[in-house]
Amino acid sequence: MFYREAGDFKTTYKDDNQTFPIKFDRYRYYAVMFAAFAVIPFLINDYWVNAIFLPFLIYAIAAIGLNILVGYCGQVSLGTGGFMAVGAYACYKLMTGFPDINLFFHIIISGGITAFVCVLFGLPSLRIKGFYLAVATLAAQFFLVWLFNRVPWFYNNSASGQINAPERSLFDITITGPNADAWAKYLFCLVFVTVLALIARNLTRGTIGRTWMAIRDMDIAAEIIGVNPLKAKISAFAVSGFFVGVSGALFFSVYLGAVEVGEVFGINKSFLVLFMIIIGGLGSIFGSFAGAAFLVLLPVFLKNVLVGGLGWPTDLAAHLEFLIIGALIVIFLIAEPHGLAQLWRVAKEKLRLWPFPH
Amino acid sequence: MSDTFIFGMEVFLNGLMAGVLYALVALGFVLIYKASGIFNYAQGVMALFAAMTLVGIMEGRVPFAHLINALFGTQIHHFGWHLPAVFGIIFTVVAMAGFAWCVQKFIFRHLVGQEPIILFMATIGLAYFLEGFGDLMWGSDIKKLDVGLPQGINLLIDETTFGWFGYGFFIDNLDIVATVIAALLVISLIIFAQYTKQGRAMRAVADDHQAALSVGISLNFIWVMVWSLAGFVALVAGIMWGTKSGVQFSLSLIALKALPVLMLGGFTSIPGAIVGGLIIGVGEKMFEFLVGPLVGGATENWFAYVLALLFLVFRPQGLFGEKIIERV
Amino acid sequence: MLDHSESYVTEDGRTIGGVVMEMKNITLRFGGVVAIKDISFDIREGEIRAIIGPNGAGKSSMLNVISGFYNPQEGDVYYKGALRPPMKPYQVARLGIARTFQNIALFEGMTVLDNIMTGRLNHMKAGLFAQALWKGKAEAEEVANREVVEKIIDFLEIQSIRKTPVGRLPYGLKKRVELARALAAEPSILLLDEPMAGMNVEEKEDMSRFILDVNDEFGTTIALIEHDMGVVMDLSDRVVVMDYGKKIGDGTPDEVRNNQAVIDAYLGVSHD
Repeated sequence: MFYREAGDFKTTYKDDNQTFPIKFDRYRYYAVMFAAFAVIPFLINDYWVNAIFLPFLIYAIAAIGLNILVGYCGQVSLGTGGFMAVGAYACYKLMTGFPDINLFFHIIISGGITAFVCVLFGLPSLRIKGFYLAVATLAAQFFLVWLFNRVPWFYNNSASGQINAPERSLFDITITGPNADAWAKYLFCLVFVTVLALIARNLTRGTIGRTWMAIRDMDIAAEIIGVNPLKAKISAFAVSGFFVGVSGALFFSVYLGAVEVGEVFGINKSFLVLFMIIIGGLGSIFGSFAGAAFLVLLPVFLKNVLVGGLGWPTDLAAHLEFLIIGALIVIFLIAEPHGLAQLWRVAKEKLRLWPFPH
Repeated sequence: MSDTFIFGMEVFLNGLMAGVLYALVALGFVLIYKASGIFNYAQGVMALFAAMTLVGIMEGRVPFAHLINALFGTQIHHFGWHLPAVFGIIFTVVAMAGFAWCVQKFIFRHLVGQEPIILFMATIGLAYFLEGFGDLMWGSDIKKLDVGLPQGINLLIDETTFGWFGYGFFIDNLDIVATVIAALLVISLIIFAQYTKQGRAMRAVADDHQAALSVGISLNFIWVMVWSLAGFVALVAGIMWGTKSGVQFSLSLIALKALPVLMLGGFTSIPGAIVGGLIIGVGEKMFEFLVGPLVGGATENWFAYVLALLFLVFRPQGLFGEKIIERV
Repeated sequence: MLDHSESYVTEDGRTIGGVVMEMKNITLRFGGVVAIKDISFDIREGEIRAIIGPNGAGKSSMLNVISGFYNPQEGDVYYKGALRPPMKPYQVARLGIARTFQNIALFEGMTVLDNIMTGRLNHMKAGLFAQALWKGKAEAEEVANREVVEKIIDFLEIQSIRKTPVGRLPYGLKKRVELARALAAEPSILLLDEPMAGMNVEEKEDMSRFILDVNDEFGTTIALIEHDMGVVMDLSDRVVVMDYGKKIGDGTPDEVRNNQAVIDAYLGVSHD
C-alpha cells in the first residue's frame, strides 16, 4: 500500500545503480541518518552508549570488513581478533608517539597499517584455499596476540602489559579517556561508520566487487575470463584489513580505553565477528549491520532478563549465551544461510505486494 | 655428550609423546572429514564434553544441578554414589553415541549438499552450543579425572637413562600409555576403514554423497557411525588430556592445535594425522627449547600454526593429502 | 590447397583473413596420461573452426591449452604471428581470447547483468580509490560499460532476466548468459565448448543464429567444440578432428565427412 515501485521508472543507468532504488527505502534511509546524527546524540546517556551503541558501531565496521573478505571474496579468515589488535596497537603507538597529531588521522593510519599486515598474512591465499586458508589465518591470530604480549616495545614497556588510551580531543571536545562525553564518542564513531559503509557500498557495486564475487563463486573461471587472482585477493585483504584495523583502533581508543591483548583480541573475537556476518548475511552490507546489532544486543538482553529479571547467577547466563548463540548459528545455517539480510529482503518483497496476495 | 644435547633428547622424546596426543585429537577430525566432508571444529569440545560426562557419572554429580538450583531454589549437587571407571566409560560411550545421533538428526541431515564452508561454520556453532550445554550440565569448575591410568615419572626409563647419560629422563607413564593406546586405536581404525564393509561404505560416502546413496548406502547410518566413532576417539583424547591437566575449558582449545596437525598431514589421511602430530609435537617443543629463551618464551602458542602455514605454501595438500587437479 | 596467409571471401560474403592462431606440435600430459599427442593446426581470422571427435579425445583440453589454463609440455602456440610464451590465463584473456565452458562456469551468486559485466573487466580501468569514491570517474565508466553490455543483452534477447540471480536460470538461458559474458570482452577469438549441449532443436537454431551473427557482425574468429554433426557441417568453415589425443582429420566439412579415418573413428556410415 505504501511500499510501491509503481510509476517509479528509471531512465538512466545511473539511477538503476542506486543503493536504494525504491523511493520508500530512500526516505527511510534519510530518516535513519537524520535520527542517527541529529536526534540520538541528545537522548543518549553513558550506559546506552557504552553498552549498546559504541560496540554496535565499532563491530559493524569490523563486520563489514570481514564480510568483504569472507562474504564477497570468499576467503575465510579466522584472524579478525589479531588484526583488530594490530589496529589497536598501531593506534596506541601513534597516539603516544605523535601526541600532536589529531586522533582522526591516527585512526586512519592505523587502518592503513592493518591493511598492510593483513595483506602479508593474506599472501598464502594465492596457494591455499578453503579450510586450509582458514587455519592459516589462525597462524596470524595466534602469532599477533603473542607478539603484542611479548614484545615490550608495543606496550611502551609498561609493567602490566596493558595499553591505555591517552586523552584526546577533536574541535576541543574530549573523545577518549575517562572525561569524554558519551555523545562525543558516539558521533565520532558514527562518522567513521557512515563514511566507511558508503565506501564499502561503492566498492561492492563496482568492478572490484564483481571481481571479488567472481573469485568467490568460481575462481578458475574468473581467472580464465581475465581476473588477476593476485590483485583481487590482495585487494580484498587490504580493504578488509583497513576496516578491521579502524575498528580495532576505535575499539581501543574510544570504547574500552584500556586493553590487555590476550583477553580482548583472542580467538573468541574472531569467532564473534564471523558469527555476526553469518547471522547477518554473507555478502551484504546491511547484513553486517544486522549481525552486529544482533550479537551486541543478545548478551545485554539475556543479562537484563535472566540476571536482572530472574535473579540467575551470571555464570549461568554466560553458559546459556554460548548455548543460544551456537544454536542460532546452526539454525540460521540450516534455515536461512543468507542470514537476517535475506529475511529482510524476503520481507520487503512481500511488503511490495501487501495487502494484495500476488 | 654435552648437556644441551642430552636435554635436547629428552625434549625430543617428550615432543613425540605430545605429538601422539595431538594425533589422537586429529584422528577424530580425519574420521568425520573422510566420511562426510565436514571439518568438525567441535571435536575438541566433544573431547571436553566426553571427559566432563565421564567425571560427572563417576562422581555421581546431578546433571544441570546449577540450573535446577537457580530455577527452583534447591541445593542439590550430588547423587551420593561413586562409580568405577569402567561403568563411567561405558555410559559415556553411550552418551556420545546418543550425541552423534542427535547431531545427525537435527543438524547435518538438513545440510546435505551444502558447501564445505557452511558445514564448517555449522560445526563452530555446534562447538559453542556443546560448550554452553556441557557447562550447564556439569558446571564449569575444573574437575580432576582419574580412571586408574598410571601417572608420574617412569622409573625404569629414569634409571636406565641415568645409567647411560648421567641424567635421568623424565618421561611420564601417562604419556607412554597414551602412545600405546593411540597406536592401537590407529591400527584398528585403519583396519576398519580398509577391510570392513562399513569402512568401505564410509570411504564411498567421503567421496560423493549422491553416488553413495545411489548404490544403497544409508548416509544416515554411516554418519551416525562415524560421529559415534569420532565421539569415542574424543573420549579417549579427553581421558588422556583430562588426566594430565584436569578437565577444564582449555581442553577444547586442544582442538585448535589439531588443525595444524591436519594441515601437515592432509585432512583425509589417518597415517597423515599421526605423522603430522609427531612433527608438530616435536617441532613445537624443540623450537621452544632452542629459540624460546631468545624471544621471550611461549612460542608454543603460535609455532605449530606458522609451521603448518609455511608448509602449506609449498605443498597445499599437506604431506599425504590428495593432490587436487582442477578441471574446467 | 589454399595459401593460409591470403585472405579470401566466402560464398556468403564474409572475409576470412590469414592465420591468427597456430598450434604447433602440442603435447599435453597429466602425469602418465597423454591427453594431446603432437597436434598441429591453425585458425584463420574471421573463420568458424570446429573441433570434433569422440568423448575423451582431448578437445576440451585443447581449448584449455588455447586459453592458457594448461601449459603443454611440448609444442608452441603462435598468436597473431608471434610465439605466445607460457602465461597465466588472465593474461591470455587480455590478449583478446574469450571462452565459454562445457559445464557452465557462471558466477552463481551474481545476477545476469553482473555476470556479463565481469566480461568487461579488461576494459574498466578505474582504480581502487576512484571506485571507493564512486562519483566521477568510476560511475561514468560503469555507465559506459553498462551500455555496451545492454547492447549484447539486446542482441541475445535476454532482457527480461537481467536482474535474475544466475543460479535460478534454466540450463539453456545459462548458456546464453555465458555467451554474453564472453562477447562482452569484445574478443578477437571466441572459444565455445559445446555451446549446443543439452538443447532441443529450437534452442540449437537460436544458438546457431547467434553464433553466425557474432561472426558476421563483429568479424570474431570462432573455434567451437561440438557433437551435433548437422551444426558442425552447417556452421563451420573448417574442421579439425581429434581422437585419443591425435589429429585424424583437418579440412573443410566436406573433406572431413568423406575422410575414412574420421568415418571409422567417429562419424560412422549412414545406412540409406
